[in-house]
Amino acid sequence: MILYQYIAEALFFAFILLVFFGGLLAVRSSILMHAVLGLAVSLLGVAGLYFYLGSPFLAMMQILIYVGAVCIMIVFGIMVGYTPNQVRVEGITGKNTFLALLSSILVFILLLVALSRTFWVPSASRMGDFTLSYLGESLLYQYCLAFELISVVLLTAIVGAIVLARGKKGEHF
Amino acid sequence: MYLSANLNTYLVVALFLLILGLYGMIQHRTFIGMLISTELILNGAGLNFMAFNRFLAPNPAVGQIFTLFIMGIAAAEAAIAVSVILAVYRRYRTSDPDEVHDLHG
Repeated sequence: MILYQYIAEALFFAFILLVFFGGLLAVRSSILMHAVLGLAVSLLGVAGLYFYLGSPFLAMMQILIYVGAVCIMIVFGIMVGYTPNQVRVEGITGKNTFLALLSSILVFILLLVALSRTFWVPSASRMGDFTLSYLGESLLYQYCLAFELISVVLLTAIVGAIVLARGKKGEHF
Repeated sequence: MYLSANLNTYLVVALFLLILGLYGMIQHRTFIGMLISTELILNGAGLNFMAFNRFLAPNPAVGQIFTLFIMGIAAAEAAIAVSVILAVYRRYRTSDPDEVHDLHG
């Protein structure tokens, strides 16, 4: 029993490392394809963390939507829009690196201090559970309007993306 | 005390995702790089929702539904962003956000 918990903790740590180093690769890489790969690795790590938060369904959705759809779409964007000599981006130590580092470290310290001084109070009573059937029920009864709205948003986004990306007749990259 | 049963662990990971996205956003080299940073920030928000949902919330379905909606919005946003990037690339022939301007002010 104890051994299993140690293995679970080691896996948890491995997922956190995936998130960290995937994110670093996504931000720091000078080749766009490597950046997308880092993003995919980082999102896989977040999916692993969703397992530990008690929701395997969300983990599967994360892999399906983010790793399977969003990353592939970004790869399409790179391959269609950029000529090969522009795929490698020069000047990773550009003019904005210092500013970016300063502002992100300041935000990090600020939020870390706020986090360490906060005492979280759990709610007194919990209703419902983490099961998928309860999730689906509340998605179809309580949050039905939001569910329908988000499908409308997705439809609009698809049509808008087609209209934006189509361009004029006979025009090529 | 196990790390995976502690709320602060998840919050620190989400904070790391947020500042990585902020860093990449300000350091902007390309539009695609900025889009990748946006996805990182949105994922940090989703992880935060799931952590609060697991440890604090009275109804454990709310956080999961909210995270699902964040995923849907992020997918729509990525589709729109990629097609806008394609349109901008066709119009200006560049991938540098600093060079995309018509007004010189």
